[in-house]
Amino acid sequence: MISFVLRRLASAVPTLFIVVTISFFLMRFAPGGPFNLERPLPPQTMANLMATYHLDQPLWNQYVAYIGNAVTGDFGPSYIYKDNTVAELIGKGLPYSMELGFYALMLALIGGVLTGTIAALRQNSALDFAIMSISTIGVTVPNFVVGPVLTLIFAITLAWVPAGSWGDGSLRFLILPMIALALPQLAVFARLTRGSMIEALHTDHIRTARAYGLPARTVVITHAMRAAMLPVVSYLAPCAAALLTGSAVVETIFTIPGVGRYFVLGAINRDYTLVMGTVVLVAIFVIVFNLLVDILYGLLDPRVRHD
Amino acid sequence: MTLAKFNLRTAILLGSILIGASPALAETVLHRGNAGEPQTLDQAHTSINIEEFILKDLYEGLTIYDASGKIVPGTAESWDLSDDGLVYTFKLRADAKWSDGSPVTAEDFAFSLKRVEDPKTAAGYANILFPIKNAEKVNKGEVPLDQLGVKAVDEKTLEITLERPTPFFLELLAHQTALPVSKASVEKNGADFVKPGVMVSNGAYKLVAHTPNDTLTTEKNPSYWDAANVKIDKVIFYPIDDQAASVRRFEAKEMDLAYNFSADQIDRLKKAYGEQVHVSSALATYYYAFDTRQEPYSDVRVRRALSMAVDRDFLAKDIYSGSQLPSYSMVPFGMAGYEPGKADFADMSQLDREDEALKLMKEAGYGEGGKPLKIEIRYNTNPNHERVATAVADMWKNTFGAEVSLVNLDVSSHYAYLQEGGKFNVARAGWTADYADAENFLALSVGSNKTFNYGHFENAEFDGLMKKSYEEIDPTKRAKILHDAETLLMKEQPIAPFLSQAELWLVSDRVKGWQDNAANQHLSKFLSIAE
Repeated sequence: MISFVLRRLASAVPTLFIVVTISFFLMRFAPGGPFNLERPLPPQTMANLMATYHLDQPLWNQYVAYIGNAVTGDFGPSYIYKDNTVAELIGKGLPYSMELGFYALMLALIGGVLTGTIAALRQNSALDFAIMSISTIGVTVPNFVVGPVLTLIFAITLAWVPAGSWGDGSLRFLILPMIALALPQLAVFARLTRGSMIEALHTDHIRTARAYGLPARTVVITHAMRAAMLPVVSYLAPCAAALLTGSAVVETIFTIPGVGRYFVLGAINRDYTLVMGTVVLVAIFVIVFNLLVDILYGLLDPRVRHD
Repeated sequence: MTLAKFNLRTAILLGSILIGASPALAETVLHRGNAGEPQTLDQAHTSINIEEFILKDLYEGLTIYDASGKIVPGTAESWDLSDDGLVYTFKLRADAKWSDGSPVTAEDFAFSLKRVEDPKTAAGYANILFPIKNAEKVNKGEVPLDQLGVKAVDEKTLEITLERPTPFFLELLAHQTALPVSKASVEKNGADFVKPGVMVSNGAYKLVAHTPNDTLTTEKNPSYWDAANVKIDKVIFYPIDDQAASVRRFEAKEMDLAYNFSADQIDRLKKAYGEQVHVSSALATYYYAFDTRQEPYSDVRVRRALSMAVDRDFLAKDIYSGSQLPSYSMVPFGMAGYEPGKADFADMSQLDREDEALKLMKEAGYGEGGKPLKIEIRYNTNPNHERVATAVADMWKNTFGAEVSLVNLDVSSHYAYLQEGGKFNVARAGWTADYADAENFLALSVGSNKTFNYGHFENAEFDGLMKKSYEEIDPTKRAKILHDAETLLMKEQPIAPFLSQAELWLVSDRVKGWQDNAANQHLSKFLSIAE
């Protein structure tokens, strides 16, 4: 097991390297640069800025310098948010995104598995139909619609909760963004659980368990659930990586100070270093969560063993 | 029993009286919506007004804008200008202090101005202070920093020498780039001088805390010379770039001020909030530029015809719901001491304009019966710009039978293309005044201005008038020269101004002292809160 983890971590290094390299050069193909603003800068100012940030150097030199610094954890200054380094921006925003993302993930996972299981057990009933219809809406209605609608109802009309901001980080502030963030994922988890649960309930070992006269609850929770969880666990990795690194849309709508917006702002503003920082961040999350899920898979499915 | 009840009632009554009276003691807080996260709090790097609103609360320049947008003394209590219009001598207030209690000195200002022009600082707005003697050469690294025309004569006397007489120099000094930094703090803390807990400022407020994309909190600066007249104890800025989110926060009463909202909300908001919705004319122009380097846009008749065929009233009313005003001049209305030089077709009816336009286009040999007219409109991606481009395309199609296509790029790409001299047919652009002077708008079209003169318009007469305006010291004569230059520019129409923009604010009725002004200057120190 330990050697498996070590091997996977070792293979993550070249993966990261390739991701960084491709992103670095792709970013530079985009027209314009960090200092092409609506109000164009005079040539002299532009030259001063380019020199300050070493953007006047040949691209290859910039790349070598970037990799050299990145290895030591120095992701450079943000070109747009000039008072901060990229590491500072991500360091300040990430805890907010991760905390909100974690709550949303829990809500989506627990809510999704619960409703999916209920739908599977009551297959083709009105309840099943209702759950699946709602989850279809959850998947299809984008959160830039859900967010404002929730705010209009609960923050402006009913005035139960604030319309936005992190505030003191209490549930009052986080409940709406949490729901907006969790809803589409909850729907996916519900559909995955329902599908695999129905399949699991029809397998031989469940029939055997029932034949032994085990109580229905034990059959579902101990035996069927374990098999049904495999696709859910597979989806957990990309889902966790996406939720924990923040959502540009939800963070913008609810004015949450997370890192989600940096993905979009960095790209639009050609803030090369910020884009690279976010790319590395997501790559690390994806790699780590895929690893965790593979380990979890081994625990759930006896056929998968990591030696 | 009755007595107990009575006592309870009395207690409640007393309590409510006490609570009612307590706001006099309670801290007053202004929840100030700001249209986005500041990119920097460094005077040398700031470029946008959401930074300006914060910086001007934190720092005070030699001159400031009052609540009505007029230039008044700031940290300088008075000044003299030499007869040749070249040397300003500023007297700083004796009681001007930094938030750490140390005095604000002339040396601080000299240091700050040098810092902005130092090429090593790479200040984005260094050019706004180029009227200072040698500033441009210093910024290009051609002469050493100590040659910059600023001198601390003594602790409270600052002398600034200009390259040439600059009638709008006091306006420039009120720009956020000219705000002072504490020399001691910058020398000690380097780039960290902008951080909360480190920042030393000389304005009405001081920085307390800053969480990017969440809040920026400032508190009244007790060392400020005019602290006795600062009424609000704490100002919290909310950096919300999503206009709809900003309106929602205002509607949920979480913010007292919201800056910039979507124009299509104006009618609804006016119905719901009446006087709290402020639409005021701004010093900003929305225009299309023609690429005068190539056919057919090198022909003044084609440019004039295209410009005349654009129904500006439609753009202002139907697309911008009255949040923008139709415009026929490059310089917007509301500039003190200046009468814009409007296009000669400004006072015609739209129908007459279209007839005239058709005639001109025929003369030029384009459109129906002539050479085909194929036009590509370039604009930066934005729903409103798209609506404008679509409407303009439709007007050109209907009037001239032109074949119009639209191309949009994100802001960076759009302006990078134009700046680097890329060829085009027609391109959208906007200009917001850096300082309230007509020159700021007209200098964009001077032949030697390779960056901003997107259409590469060349006209010796216009350039000559602009040159003359720089040499004229008398403000009235100068305004006349600029007016003539603009009239000529509008006759030539290398740029077709469509709209002059408006500033949109939501101002809660808790906030008192608010005055709409074209310079869009709203220092928190002039505001107060009424419960």
